Amino acid sequence: MSTRRKFRIWRGDKEGGDFKEFDVDVDPGMVVLDVLHRVQAQQANDLAIRWNCKAGKCGSCSMEINGRPRLSCMTRMNAFAEDETITVQPLKTFPVIKDLVTDVSWNYAQNKRIRPLKPKPRGADGEHRMYQEDVDRVQEFRKCIECYLCQDTCHVLRDRDGQDRFVGPRFMIRLASLEMHPLDDDDRIPEIKKEFGSGMCNITRCCTEVCPEHINITDNGIIPLKERVVDRYFDPIVYLGQKLFGISKRR
Amino acid sequence: MLDVSELKTVEVDVVVVGAGGAGLRAAIESSALGMKTAVLSKSLLGKAHTVMAEGGMAAAMGNVDKRDSWKVHFRDTMRGGKFLNLWRMAELHAKHAPSRVKELEEWGAVFDRTKEGLISQRNFGGHRYPRLAHVGDRTGLELIRTLQDHGVHQGIDFEMECTALTLLKDGEKIAGVLAYYRETGRFLLLRARAVILATGGAGKAWRVTSNSWEYTGDGTYLAYEAGAELMDLEFTQFHPTGMVWPLSVRGILVTEGVRGDGGILLNKDGKRFMFEYVPEKFAAETADTVEEATRWLDGDKNARRPPELLTRDVVARSIRAEVKAGRGSPHGGAFLDIASRRPADFIKRRLPGMYHQFKELAEVDITKEPMEVGPTLHYFMGGIRVDADTQMTRVPGLFACGECGAGMHGANRLGGNSLSDLIVFGRLAGKGAAEYIRGLTGQTPRADDEQIKVAIRSATEILNRESGENPYALHDKLQDVMEEGVGIVRTEDELKAGISGIEALKERAKTMKATGTSQYNPGWHEALSMRSLLVTAEAVARAAVIRQESRGAHTRIDYEGERDEWVKVNIVSRKGKDGQMEVEKVVRAAPPKYLEEIANSKIEDLESGKVGADAPND
Repeated sequence: MSTRRKFRIWRGDKEGGDFKEFDVDVDPGMVVLDVLHRVQAQQANDLAIRWNCKAGKCGSCSMEINGRPRLSCMTRMNAFAEDETITVQPLKTFPVIKDLVTDVSWNYAQNKRIRPLKPKPRGADGEHRMYQEDVDRVQEFRKCIECYLCQDTCHVLRDRDGQDRFVGPRFMIRLASLEMHPLDDDDRIPEIKKEFGSGMCNITRCCTEVCPEHINITDNGIIPLKERVVDRYFDPIVYLGQKLFGISKRR
Repeated sequence: MLDVSELKTVEVDVVVVGAGGAGLRAAIESSALGMKTAVLSKSLLGKAHTVMAEGGMAAAMGNVDKRDSWKVHFRDTMRGGKFLNLWRMAELHAKHAPSRVKELEEWGAVFDRTKEGLISQRNFGGHRYPRLAHVGDRTGLELIRTLQDHGVHQGIDFEMECTALTLLKDGEKIAGVLAYYRETGRFLLLRARAVILATGGAGKAWRVTSNSWEYTGDGTYLAYEAGAELMDLEFTQFHPTGMVWPLSVRGILVTEGVRGDGGILLNKDGKRFMFEYVPEKFAAETADTVEEATRWLDGDKNARRPPELLTRDVVARSIRAEVKAGRGSPHGGAFLDIASRRPADFIKRRLPGMYHQFKELAEVDITKEPMEVGPTLHYFMGGIRVDADTQMTRVPGLFACGECGAGMHGANRLGGNSLSDLIVFGRLAGKGAAEYIRGLTGQTPRADDEQIKVAIRSATEILNRESGENPYALHDKLQDVMEEGVGIVRTEDELKAGISGIEALKERAKTMKATGTSQYNPGWHEALSMRSLLVTAEAVARAAVIRQESRGAHTRIDYEGERDEWVKVNIVSRKGKDGQMEVEKVVRAAPPKYLEEIANSKIEDLESGKVGADAPND
C-alpha cells in the first residue's frame, strides 16, 4: 500500500536556488533515496543526486534531511510521520555543485596531506605479527566510509574559515588509525598538533553522533590524539628534555 | 564547429578507466614502473563497487590450515569454474594472491588476525580450506581504502566523476580516451599510448541485482566498439543470497560469510534443504548428515563441509527450486539462519555490516531471527578477452582486468576469488601496459580529430534533440527483458525473445532524449550508459543461446547437465564489419599437462605429492 507524501527538495547550483515541492507515492520499506529516485525518474529527470551502493557502505548519498546530516539510503521513510513534509538539502559545509550534490574535493585534498603508513620491517619469518586486541581500535577507525557527515556537522568546518586550520573529524580518525597502527614507524604527533589542528576540536561530539558507522570518533580517536599531543608538548620534563638536549619522546 | 584543440587535454602514458580495486592496483603498478598514469573514476574516489565486497580475498597463505597451497586453490578454482577457466589465469591467480595480500598489509590494510598474530582466513563456498583474508564483513572497503591511500601518493592523476565515452585509436593501436566530467558536462581528451579497462560488470541490466548504478558494462562496450573480443558472457553469476525484502533493497548482497561462519538455509517448513541438492561431483567432499555438518562447524578436520557451502550456482538454483515448489519464505526466498547457530556477540563481531544492514533496512535482528534471502545478479564471469600474462586484448595497447576481463573464473566464480583477482590481474595489467609502451617503436599513436568530433556529437545529440525516448523508461524496459528472457534458468525460446526485446530497445535508444543541461545531469548519464548496457546485454543473450548445455552459472532447462563437447570451446563475440554482433565458438588451447593433472587429481594424491610435485612454483 503506497501513500502520497510531500517532499521539499532544494534545487539550484552555486549561483543560488530554492526548495521545490514534490508529491510522491511512497511504498512500504522505502528509504529517502528511493523516493528521490522516483522523483528523478518521473518528475525531474535532471535532479542531481550522488549515490552508489544503496546499502550504507560507500558514503556517497550524504545530505541534510529535515536539518540533520544523514545517508539518504539508510533513512527509512517510516521514521517520519505520515503527514510530515520531508525537507532535503545538500550538505551545508561544502559548496553546492547542483541540487543535492556538493563539491567535497576539499576532503580529498586533506587526505593527500597525510603521509602514508611507514611500515616496520617484517619479522625473520617474513610475517608481520599483530594481535587482534592490538588492531581492534584501528579497525574501528578504518570502518569509515568517507560520507563526510562528521565533516558537515563539525562547527569548526561549518564556519568555513576553520577549514584552513583543522582537517576535521574524518581525518583526525584517519590520523589516529595511523598513529595507533601497530606497524607504523612514523612520528605523527608534531603535525597532528601543528598542521592538522587537533587543538581546534572542542569535543562537542556532534561528529560521533552523526556517524553512520557508529565510530566513536571523539572519545576513541580525537581525545587520545589530544592526550598524546599534550604528553609531548606540555609535559614539563619532556619539554625541558627537548629544549635542552633535543631528545624527542617516541611512542 | 567544434575545435578539438580547445578541449581540455591531458597527455599521459597510461589511462586506467575505473577506480575500483583492479583499476587502482593497475594504476599503482604502471605508475611504479615509471609510466605517467591517469585514472578515470566514474564516481568519487573510494566509492567504487569494490566497497560492497564483504567476505574476503582468497589467497592460499595457509595461516589457518597449513595444508593449503596454490595447487589446492587452483584446483578449487577450476572445479568451481567447471573447468572452463583460462588455465593460465587460474594458475597465476593462485600463485600470486598471497604476495598481493601481504603487499596490502605493507600499505596499511588491517586484516583480522589469528591467535598467532597472522592474517586470519575464513571458510567460503568452494574453497577447501579457510582461505579468505578478511576484515569482518567489510573487506572490500579495506581493499579500496588501502589502495586509494597508497595510490594518492604515487603521482597518479585522478579524475573524479569523469566517465569514459570512447576509446581513440591510431590505425590498429590505442591512442587515448575521450571522457566527460559529470560536474560540468565538459569533455576531457586523454591522449595515451595504453588504456587499461577496469570497469566491472553490467548487473544493472537486470532488476534484481547487488550492483550499483555504475555497473553498466562500460568497459565491455568500449572494448567491443574498439575492436576487441568479448568472451564467456553467458556466465552471469546469481549470488544465492540477496535481500528479498523490503522491495526497495531487493537484491542487496548478504555475504556468503554468513554461511561460512555457520549459517544454514531453511525452507518455510524449517527443513534444511541443501542436503537434497548436492551434485554428484561434490558428494564425496560434502557432509551428508546434519551431524557431520555440525562437527565441521565445530572444527573437526575430518568432517566434510556442509552443503550450504557448495558453489554459488548450486545454492542459487536450489533456493529457486524450493521457491518454485511452493516452499519459499513469505517474500519468495529462503530463510538464512545464523541466530540459532552462533551466539549474538559472535555474529555482531564477525558480521557487523550484515547486522546493521538488516537492522536498519529490514528491521530484522539477525542475532534473533533468520534473514530472508534469494538469488540476485551479482557478477560477470565473462567480459573482455585478454592474454593471461599481460592482460592485453587483441587491440594493441588496450588492456582489461578485474570483473570486466574474462577467463579467470570460467563458468562460475568462487566467493573470495574476486578481490584477489582484482589485485593479481590489476598488477599484471599495469605491468603489461608498461611493457607494451616500452616496446612501441616509431611514431607515438595519435588519434585524428574526426573520431573525437564524432564521439562528442553522438553524446551531445542526446541533449540537443527536441524530443525523444526517456532513458529511464528504456532502462526499466531492459530490466524487464533481462529478468524474463535471460534469467537464472534459460531456454532457447525465452532467450530469443530476449534478443528481440533488446533489438527493439536498440532502435528506440537511437532517439533518446535527456532534458536539462549537461551539468551534473543524471538523465544524460543514464542515456549514455544505455549504450553500454544494450551492447553487453545483447552479448550475454546471444552467447547464452549458443551454449547448449548447463554449466556453472549458465543453466539451460532445454539442455540439462554439462556436456563434454562444450568444455572444449569458449563463446566469443565481436563487432562485425557490417556493424552487427558476430558470435562464434572458439576452440580452447590445451593446458600444460601439470595443470590438467592437478585440476583433475584426487585431493589425497595432490597433498601426498603423488600428483603435481613437479609443477613449477613461479
